[in-house]
Amino acid sequence: MTIKHHLTESLLMGYAAGSLPEAFNLVVASHVSLCDDCRAAVESYEALGGAVLDDAQVAMAEDGLADCLARLETAAAEVETAPPAPRSANQAHSLPAPLRDYVGGDMDAIRWRPVGGGVKQAILRTSESASARLLFIPAGSAVPDHGHRGVELTMVLQGAFADATDRFARGDVEIADEDLEHTPIADIGADCICLAATDAPLRFRSLIPRLLQPFLKI
Amino acid sequence: MGSWRLNDKKSAIEVEKAGLSRDMALIREARDRAAFARLFGHFAPRIKGFLIKSGTEPSVAEDCAQDVMVTVWKKAHLFDPARASVATWVFTIARNRRIDLARREKRPEPEDLGWGPEPDQTQDETLVMQQDSERLGTALAALPDAQRLLIEQCYFGELSHRDIADVTGLPLGTIKSRIRLALDKLRHAMGSTP
Repeated sequence: MTIKHHLTESLLMGYAAGSLPEAFNLVVASHVSLCDDCRAAVESYEALGGAVLDDAQVAMAEDGLADCLARLETAAAEVETAPPAPRSANQAHSLPAPLRDYVGGDMDAIRWRPVGGGVKQAILRTSESASARLLFIPAGSAVPDHGHRGVELTMVLQGAFADATDRFARGDVEIADEDLEHTPIADIGADCICLAATDAPLRFRSLIPRLLQPFLKI
Repeated sequence: MGSWRLNDKKSAIEVEKAGLSRDMALIREARDRAAFARLFGHFAPRIKGFLIKSGTEPSVAEDCAQDVMVTVWKKAHLFDPARASVATWVFTIARNRRIDLARREKRPEPEDLGWGPEPDQTQDETLVMQQDSERLGTALAALPDAQRLLIEQCYFGELSHRDIADVTGLPLGTIKSRIRLALDKLRHAMGSTP
């Protein structure tokens, strides 16, 4: 598998710095699970974070160390001795591990809801500053023409889609902003499953729709 | 600990950083409290400063810096010196604590990127990692102030490039090109021989 469309420098740095909304973190973590180049970049930005720590020093309270040593006593019982069980290696047709955590299983555990034209979606629960969903586009079908109000990241998990800009296959991420109006069409060979995250503001601002939101989702 | 002469070529910082990974090993292998106290002396003020610069109340930051150090103690066996320097590893723990603190959310982690010890790690890799970390610190310190401060702002808190533009009053395009320039310089410094 060759990934052609990678994440931008500012997304990789934002992920390492911890400044992205959860939904974007999920896309980065999923892409990095499949892409060694971007993983190496994230590790470099984390190393930069370690170097940045050197410039931020504020004296601890006088009894800070004593307090902390006392907490080690109570922590002693909880010391983790074994590394966590390794999450299963990535298979060509399975969800990356960070996504499995959100779905509660692999592809077959996704709870799809039809949104018309054979297209289905499943909203993932993340913090409100951005939203994430899985999209199912039947082979050969198009997602209706749509624009974007914020930044939208779309990562292909299965199959492939093409729009006016290029073709995107498993692992590829398309980064779209307000300027892109596109009609993604799934390859004829297989149904296409994508992870899409956007920081567009939620539509409902008044009280009643906000109360309905948990049922309607976005 | 026996006394030992400093190699003339080594700066005080290099000696201190070498001490950090030795102390980390002592915690991992021997649950050594004296080593922990030394790591605490080095990192706790940095973690506290990092949290305060990220917008955390000083009293909360004190407590959370202690939390992070307790996590360092508890997860010491997961630290892999061939994969990251101690500073990088501590940064990731502090960052995750900050995300939890600010937003009560977990950070999705990539597959197979646990800090599991790798049995085939060599002394060489550990040494290279440590030297890289030192060079990165030196390169960051050598950046012009304006560039270094922008890089730091990317790490302190929830500031997007747009937010940074608001705070500094600089146009967004200037911010992006300055950050890019700074990163290019760091890359150049890391690519050149020490």
